Amino acid sequence: MFAELLQYLFAGLTSGAIYALAGLGFAIIYNASHVINFAQGEFIMIGGMATSMMVAAGLPLPLAIALAVVVTMMVGVALEKFAIEPARNSDVVTIIIITIGASIFLRGLAQVVWDKEFHSLPAFSGETPINVAGATLMPQSIWVVGISVLVIVALWWFFNRTLFGKAMLATSFNRLAAQLMGIGVKKVLMVSFALSALLGAVGGIVVTPITFTNYEAGIMLGLKGFSAAVLGGLGNGLGAIVGGLVVGIAEALASGYLSSAYKDAVAFVIILFVLFFLPNGLFGKKGTDRV
Amino acid sequence: MLLEISGITSHYGRIQALRGIDVEVREGELVALVGANGAGKTTLLRGISGVQPLTAGTIKFDGKDITRMPADARVALGIAQVPEGRQVFGPMSVEDNLRLGAYRRKGDDVEADMKRMYDMFPILFKKRELPAGTLSGGQQQMLAIARALMSHPRLLLLDEPSMGLAPLLVQEIFDAVVALKEAGTTIFLVEQNAYAALAIADRGYVLETGSVVMSDSGKTLLADERIKEAYLGL
Ligand SMILES: Nc1ncnc2c1ncn2[C@@H]1O[C@H](COP(=O)(O)OP(=O)(O)OP(=O)(O)O)[C@@H](O)[C@H]1O
Ligand SMILES: [Mg+2]
Repeated sequence: MFAELLQYLFAGLTSGAIYALAGLGFAIIYNASHVINFAQGEFIMIGGMATSMMVAAGLPLPLAIALAVVVTMMVGVALEKFAIEPARNSDVVTIIIITIGASIFLRGLAQVVWDKEFHSLPAFSGETPINVAGATLMPQSIWVVGISVLVIVALWWFFNRTLFGKAMLATSFNRLAAQLMGIGVKKVLMVSFALSALLGAVGGIVVTPITFTNYEAGIMLGLKGFSAAVLGGLGNGLGAIVGGLVVGIAEALASGYLSSAYKDAVAFVIILFVLFFLPNGLFGKKGTDRV
Repeated sequence: MLLEISGITSHYGRIQALRGIDVEVREGELVALVGANGAGKTTLLRGISGVQPLTAGTIKFDGKDITRMPADARVALGIAQVPEGRQVFGPMSVEDNLRLGAYRRKGDDVEADMKRMYDMFPILFKKRELPAGTLSGGQQQMLAIARALMSHPRLLLLDEPSMGLAPLLVQEIFDAVVALKEAGTTIFLVEQNAYAALAIADRGYVLETGSVVMSDSGKTLLADERIKEAYLGL
């Protein structure tokens, strides 16, 4: 009974950590530009796919991971430079549609450059399950949660302890004043895409040994990250983290106690629930900020 | 000449907000720009800072044409603005607001500058760890001025610093402006409070629906019958 619940919680925390990273990616870009970047899921896919492909080609895992993160960040910067930046005078809805187009393009590109098969990665430290009070915990789950926590702490440090991080926050609070302080809002936008891509890539890489990945893997992961961000209150970092964990645990419980057929539905139910009853999310500020 | 504006125009869609403006500010001067609601004062200041697109004309700063320079580069050159409505970073601490004021400045004397600001506005020191949004209107105005000064501006643009403040605080803000001028800062001051602004200004410009309709020394403008009638309510 308890072991079963614990088992579901482990699964929920593992996927929740990935959704939290993706949700943070949505939040960072939203804060810099009020744009919802629907290509966030593709960052996750590219991180996992690039690593798998490079490992399959014989590169050592750590090197493959480092290269895949760099590649994903370059994709993020290129997306900003060639798709978002030229449209910066268009309204936000137009730019959001551009990100949807970009996500379709990236999926197509992944299919062409790589393939349509599922790919995996070896678990980082073996596959011997650990027994915790009757439930089994895979070592890779510890990697997922541990690395997510590390990344989140690093992000917190960046936004609260470095001048550029504070400048990015300031831009999200008051763009006009930020410009008058001499903060380059173009650079802020570019770094926000690079950071979001980094978050996506890291999540995609650590989770691939558990879930496998293919060119379409980003669709679902992106949507769940989006529901995490919306649940937490768009643009709220802590909210995205809590939102990610809630979505992850809710879907693990739903698929465990109800049916695994409901797993993916949970995220959609949460999005609808938030839109109808909690338009500012759990932690979002009250106000008329456009969504 | 520190600031030389010639023939600038600016539009919001089809509405023309500036209709060919010429303004000059010399090093060390305090120049006031007065005008009624909607005359285009804020639009002009934003144009100078590079956050409002111009449709014609040129702006020179210290002899250099900056008409097409991006806003952040203008701050690095020494143009700082205290925007209308203060625009502090509300959720961030007073201290972080000041730090961001020094964003474009090289060197590590930021802490020393912060101390100077706290000496000028002691209330900011008391509240340095609080979110700027919790400050009163007058305190936020002081913070906005101090934040702009953190960049060591060669030209300080002030957009209605007395707006919405109690008379006592208005006096305090104007005293601070005079002190800054005496310390050598070049100031371009926008005000609806024409009397107070012209009284401390070396020179003044009167703006009406996007055009400069008068310019003279502060004293002469204060004594002018038309000004008295239109702006001073005398
Ligand atoms: N964002 C905007 N969109 C459209 N028109 C605008 C906008 N901002 C200002 N205007 C118009 O441009 C003109 C000049 O406005 P501006 O804000 O520069 O005046 P102002 O002199 O600063 O007025 P105030 O004393 O009220 O601050 C006004 O007619 C105003 O209605
Ligand atoms: Mg104004």
